[in-house]
Amino acid sequence: MKMKKLAAMALAGTMAAAPAMAELVIPDLSYRTGPYAAGGTPFSDGYQDYFNLLNARDGGIGGEAIRIVECETGYNTEKGVECYESTKGEGALIYQPLSTGITYQLIPKATVDEIPIHTMGYGRTSAANGEVFNWVFNYPANYWDAASVMVNYLLDENGGDLSGKSIALVYHNSAYGKEPIRTLEELSAMHGFELSQLAVDHPGQEQKSQWLQIRRERPDYVLMWGWGVMNQVAVQEAANIGFPMENFIGNWWAGAEHDVTPAGAGADGYKSLNMNRVDASLPVFDEIRTLVHEAGNAAGDGSNMGSVLYTRGMYAAMLASEAIANAQDIHGVTDVTAAMVRDGMASLEITEARMAELGMSQIGPEFSVSCENHGGSGLGIVQQWNAADGQWVALTDYIAPDDSVIDPLIAADSAAFAAENNIEPGCL
Amino acid sequence: MSADFLYGIEVVLNGLMAGVLYALVALGFVLIYKASGIFNYAQGVMALFSALTLAGIMSGQVPFAHLINAIFGTDIHYFGWNVPVLAAIILTLVVMVIFAWCVQRFVFRHLVGQEPIILFMATIGLAYFLEGVGDLMWGSDIKTLAVGLPQGGSLWVEDATSGLGGDDFYGFFIDKLDMVATVVAIILVAGLIAFSQYTKQGRAMRAVADDHQAALSVGISLNFIWVLVWSLAGLVALVAGIMWGAKSGVQFSLSLIALKALPVLMLGGFTSIPGAIVGGLIIGVGEKLFEYLIGAPFLGGATENWFAYVLALLFLVFRPQGLFGERIIERV
Amino acid sequence: MLYREAGDFKTTYVADSQTFPLKLDRIGFWVTMAVAWLVIPFVINDYWASSLLVPFLIYAIAAIGLNILTGYCGQVSLGTGGFMAVGAYACYKLMTSFPDINIMIHIVLAGGITAIVGAAFGLPSLRIKGFYLAVATLAAQFFLVWLFNKVAWFYNYSASGQINAPERLVAGVAVTGPSTPAWAQYLICLFFVTLCALIARNLTRGTIGRSWMAIRDMDIAAEIIGVNPLKAKLTAFAVSSFFVGIAGALFFSVYLGAVEVGEVFGIQKSFLVLFMIIIGGLGSIFGSFAGAAFLVLLPVALKWIGVDVMGWPTDLVAHFQLVIVGALIMFFLIKEPHGLAQLWRLAKEKLRLWPFPY
Repeated sequence: MKMKKLAAMALAGTMAAAPAMAELVIPDLSYRTGPYAAGGTPFSDGYQDYFNLLNARDGGIGGEAIRIVECETGYNTEKGVECYESTKGEGALIYQPLSTGITYQLIPKATVDEIPIHTMGYGRTSAANGEVFNWVFNYPANYWDAASVMVNYLLDENGGDLSGKSIALVYHNSAYGKEPIRTLEELSAMHGFELSQLAVDHPGQEQKSQWLQIRRERPDYVLMWGWGVMNQVAVQEAANIGFPMENFIGNWWAGAEHDVTPAGAGADGYKSLNMNRVDASLPVFDEIRTLVHEAGNAAGDGSNMGSVLYTRGMYAAMLASEAIANAQDIHGVTDVTAAMVRDGMASLEITEARMAELGMSQIGPEFSVSCENHGGSGLGIVQQWNAADGQWVALTDYIAPDDSVIDPLIAADSAAFAAENNIEPGCL
Repeated sequence: MSADFLYGIEVVLNGLMAGVLYALVALGFVLIYKASGIFNYAQGVMALFSALTLAGIMSGQVPFAHLINAIFGTDIHYFGWNVPVLAAIILTLVVMVIFAWCVQRFVFRHLVGQEPIILFMATIGLAYFLEGVGDLMWGSDIKTLAVGLPQGGSLWVEDATSGLGGDDFYGFFIDKLDMVATVVAIILVAGLIAFSQYTKQGRAMRAVADDHQAALSVGISLNFIWVLVWSLAGLVALVAGIMWGAKSGVQFSLSLIALKALPVLMLGGFTSIPGAIVGGLIIGVGEKLFEYLIGAPFLGGATENWFAYVLALLFLVFRPQGLFGERIIERV
Repeated sequence: MLYREAGDFKTTYVADSQTFPLKLDRIGFWVTMAVAWLVIPFVINDYWASSLLVPFLIYAIAAIGLNILTGYCGQVSLGTGGFMAVGAYACYKLMTSFPDINIMIHIVLAGGITAIVGAAFGLPSLRIKGFYLAVATLAAQFFLVWLFNKVAWFYNYSASGQINAPERLVAGVAVTGPSTPAWAQYLICLFFVTLCALIARNLTRGTIGRSWMAIRDMDIAAEIIGVNPLKAKLTAFAVSSFFVGIAGALFFSVYLGAVEVGEVFGIQKSFLVLFMIIIGGLGSIFGSFAGAAFLVLLPVALKWIGVDVMGWPTDLVAHFQLVIVGALIMFFLIKEPHGLAQLWRLAKEKLRLWPFPY
């Protein structure tokens, strides 16, 4: 029995590896192992399940079957490069690199290879400037948007006035964690709140110093740019020092179920940002359950459905498939190339009507992409953890960032990148 | 008393507590190094593995479920029962003893008499192996360890001390989990010392630590003692895993706590149990105080990781064998 | 029979003291060089360059560097990742500050800067020995990574905190930046590997190498017979860091092109390079290559077998990878504690007699 099964799997593997007829190849650089596996697994499950749903329900996109090539990166940059090089030859249409390090690797490489990259709410923020980063897209929102959305939310909470308030930023001491500092400094000068910064070194298992400092200084709000084990420990320590959890807001990579469950009831009331609404009752989940999971094609063990990161992975897959469909429309062929998909992404328009049609009403904000603006609308919602029900509850509708602050920052950073790399800004 | 000074004391107190947690990890290293001269890089992974096993047994997870499902196409995850904490801990210890026996039987028995760096390398192989097995057995998601340990700051301490300073002093913050960890650490160390002083096996263990060949010649079984030592290290790893896992959930990163123990070992000496404790306390207080006084205000924070090592390095320059390590006598 | 020493006569001292005294070894060496220089550049593609050969060559340089320190001089170091970061950041600063100077010079200079830093962190080795020293070098590792992360000058105040290698040409061909052809990437690494291996091989056969080995075998005895431990240890640290710095510079500029210090040059890198030299063989240049090949190629090969051939889920394969690599390390150590280099030596012994048993 065992051997037979293995042999069947081996056979299936070789068959899948053989070049079949025209199909849409989508690599999934997942990280189901290593220190961040808890976040990578649901995302990848959602990403793959949605494409499998399209295959099962619609026969792919525009009649072309989708083939997913999964490659395990373990969130490691070198393995990510290996994955990229090994999958790009198969006709990969779009990459979702999923780690800051891998993204920075792939931006120049994919630009030369002319394959679009979608870094959804992570990676290089200034890639929102499509004239410099022709092949990189970071819609629907980026980190600087996130920082601004948080401040706008707090402004709203405080009747539009944050002057005299103190806000502490607890951040992962890495490129990722330092992303919001510039934006928050600008906003602090603008709105008159006091900003203090507390760096937490990787991996972040020991944060007593930082939280004792917060306890001493009693800031009104704590914002967090955390990742990995740092999130769980921070939530636990915040509960330990008795910090009011409703004043503690994480960004969208610090707001999944596994970030809060280890702290148990203490995490109740913790807030986080999200770029996609979490709603387990969306019709699309029923379809995935019946057409993918019950058919035995689930990417994982099926237990993650409806969770924050599963939904985000599925949302990412939806944005990718919409872009591919758009590319098929533009070019009038179904067997699109990576360059055509880029065109599809650069004129992508996501409307509420379309999302509702796909069975995921309100899952993300409405936005449109243009050649100049690859960043989408930058909208985000604030959600709150309800420990008793074990659920994230959306508190707000989509909140807009303050573009007047972010746009100059993006222009400056992308101009610096263009100068450093001799790029002549312009549309393709 | 001024609030700044009181907060300084609070930092010291919390540093002591953190030091106890570091010492818990360091203890496992010391036990094995003393008895067999092996610098056990896998100690951190052992903490992860034991905590994973405990969490897995408690929630009635099926070991190797993912692998079984992938091979046989089944869909099993849980047995559907919950094991009480105490029984789960005992079962985990059984697993750790089996693990210790396997390590001794299949790896280190074949490496007797090799150079220290070879033994060190073998433990690295062991770390890889155990990490892979842990993931295969229990999956790589984050597990909540609900063994009923208290969490959160102690209100009693806070209330009792809040009168010491002015209005901007809120009383000392002491984490209840840290207090429990301290008590457990004291019991553990007392138990280990009692074991090694008053039992036959314990004395045999000390004899082996002193001189392998002399111990062998009076009829002590090295194999047995080494299995015993690895089992004890497994016990210490389990305790460390529970304490650290209670904070962050049981996840991969738990294996990185080994890095927190290394400066403690340097400072206290690789061969001394009291050294591990004292070293842990010094490192804990040193790094927290440095972060409070210099790191956060002047250097932009996050200095703890490297400062612990620099502190240990400074100590070593004056005492190359660590505070309590065996004096290195060099002969030509 | 296949590998013979008999009949290989020397008539001059020069001939006798050359790098490969045996004719067969020389032939093997030149064939390898010919394949590496004349065949591979014409058949290499992006995948082979970026996934296998370039990392292998760069790790080989780092492993040679660490092997000089640990294998030849007996000083265990866990600061390799930090020193590689010094090389990478030195290279970046030089590249951006003096864009007109050839990148090859920058890479060598980056090695030189790392040598100075390495020698400074080598000072405690005069007092501290064995595993205590290994852990002490971790201080260098953590401090350097923190420093490069904290001080914005090192990454030219870029908003992201990452360093990106701009495009630089050697003889009209890009060797850094995204449009580098695979063969150019490979050849520049091969050039430095060849250079470093030759330097290392000859250093370790000379006076200085002998003084390192004397220190390794017993430092007090060495001191008594007149080896200056200060000089020997510090030169070992400096030379080792020079190679490690070159490896770091190449790792950043040629291989990855964009680097974040904590992720790429973290403690894991230090351990990885140490694993390479222990598995390959301490005190052997060949061992450095063998160890680097083992740890770079094995995971890729296992992944290829598991995912592409067997079609297993990628996460299971990744877990099995760990199990198998771990088990293989233990297996090799039990079978041959002195590493792959020793296996190679034994193989040569066997080949001397083969196919006749006696």
